[in-house]
Amino acid sequence: MSINIWSILKFFAYVAIIMFFLFPIAWIFNMSFMTNDEILRKVPVLFYEPTFKNYIGLWEGEIAIEGFATMYVYFKQNLINSAILSVGSVSVTLLLGVPAAYAFARYKFKGGEDIAFTLLSFRFAPALLIILPLNLYFSEIGLYDSYFALIWVYQLITLPLLLWIVRGYFEDISPDIEYAYRLDGHSWFQSFWKISIPLAKPGIAAASLLCFIYAWNNFVFALILGSSQIQPVTVGALAFITASAIPYGLIACGIVVSVLPTLILALFIQKYLVQGLSLGAIKG
Amino acid sequence: MKINRKLFPYVLTLPALLVCVGILIPFFTAVYYSLQRYNLKMPHMKGFIWFDNYVNIFTDPSFWNTIRVSLTYTFFTIIIELLLGLGIALLLAKRTWLNNVLGVLLVLPLMIAPALASLIWRLLINPNFGVVNYILSFLGLEDFTWASHPDTVLFTLIMVDVWVFTPFIMILLLAGLRSLPRQPFEAAELDGVPEYYKFFRITLPMLFPFILTASLFRLLESIQQFDIIYALSQGGPGESSMVFQVSAYLQTFQYTNIGKAAAMMVVLWAICYFLCHVFVQQWHKLKIKTKGELLQ
Repeated sequence: MSINIWSILKFFAYVAIIMFFLFPIAWIFNMSFMTNDEILRKVPVLFYEPTFKNYIGLWEGEIAIEGFATMYVYFKQNLINSAILSVGSVSVTLLLGVPAAYAFARYKFKGGEDIAFTLLSFRFAPALLIILPLNLYFSEIGLYDSYFALIWVYQLITLPLLLWIVRGYFEDISPDIEYAYRLDGHSWFQSFWKISIPLAKPGIAAASLLCFIYAWNNFVFALILGSSQIQPVTVGALAFITASAIPYGLIACGIVVSVLPTLILALFIQKYLVQGLSLGAIKG
Repeated sequence: MKINRKLFPYVLTLPALLVCVGILIPFFTAVYYSLQRYNLKMPHMKGFIWFDNYVNIFTDPSFWNTIRVSLTYTFFTIIIELLLGLGIALLLAKRTWLNNVLGVLLVLPLMIAPALASLIWRLLINPNFGVVNYILSFLGLEDFTWASHPDTVLFTLIMVDVWVFTPFIMILLLAGLRSLPRQPFEAAELDGVPEYYKFFRITLPMLFPFILTASLFRLLESIQQFDIIYALSQGGPGESSMVFQVSAYLQTFQYTNIGKAAAMMVVLWAICYFLCHVFVQQWHKLKIKTKGELLQ
């Protein structure tokens, strides 16, 4: 009897969890295939003719709205911006972060822990504290509204993340392998490039994908430091929803297109997610 | 090319250090601004006023409101996410196909940008066509005011935060649960120890380092949450959802009072810096623990 009650409770728990966490995503996907009329019905429609009009409109940047003239949306540019900013930030992070992560893992040097901690504390510093003065600086030296400036600021989140995750992977490699290779007459750089990096490769790959996701999802940096010309999808979608007269289906479609890349990437790094999210403390 | 062995690690970290310095400059600038009377609309009034900005914000009832709202938000998000995350982790601990699939799918909200998560929920709770309102109307809850009323706006924001970040706690605790050694449970099984006793005396204490690390991590993010709140309520209605960073943002861009905004951010930074220290200590402990168990 008691087993029965437990399994019924468990069943409801599963249903509630799936409803709360997954239904919103499913419904937004659903909305993106609806026309405005279908969305605006008081009783939600479940069966309808799915339309790709929203997606086509979003891509072409032109939508005809009844009662209004043709409307122009620039969401494609937001998508391109997101891609440039995320790929750019991850590349810079890899270049700066991997050697540093190696140094923190392999050498005990004076101030090393302090530097590693300072870098991590940036990740947890209030973003506005650093962006406000930067905003004024950038306006003065003409860097406001440039990809370069934004990518540099993005290092605030991506660099500490990569550094702390990859550091853990380097720590797991036995230094003896490197010594053995170097005793054969290879230079430090050769052993770093041919031994250490390939061994830490899964970690580096997972960390950079996670960095990509965090960069893609960032909102506040571009909100303050960029004009609409270089703003990513997160800011673009908000402008979308606050602008009047844009059909709701199109907004939903914009959101779907914005979240799809990170959702797909998340499925790829499934195995490494725990290790990445815990900054390397927990093995998944 | 021979580089001094002692200098070598510094050479490797130099590029990262340069970024470090590049970020420390604006940081110190912000601290400097916080000691100035600095309003963009009144540039001629600019001047050094020591701690007047701090005195100002701490005697300002609206800043105390900001502190109260931020702490309420942080407290409820952490508690709910922790309980829910732990509950789900326990539910999914056994490796069945359903649990494995759910373990993958439930992480998805965490991968959505918090700002976009807010927008998703804005569409779901829209007073005209929101599907959640429609579902709630069956439960007798009609015309729930969500973000448009001071009494319900915090609830709405906390709900979105819970939606996004519960998976974070869940996935870490799930990994923690699955990594626990089996022997104590087997021994308890043999002795016929009741379930609740096993949970409170074995599972929970062994899981504690994981719980602590995950909560500290969330605590650090939650107290400075900006994206979710800005995209959903912008601190309103009135000042009912005004948290630290949204308040500082409005101070800067609406009232152009840079000095005051900087002072607020320095206060928040001090809190976060302290929490970050605690977090890193716990993180190290957890790391040693999990590595130690791997050696067994």
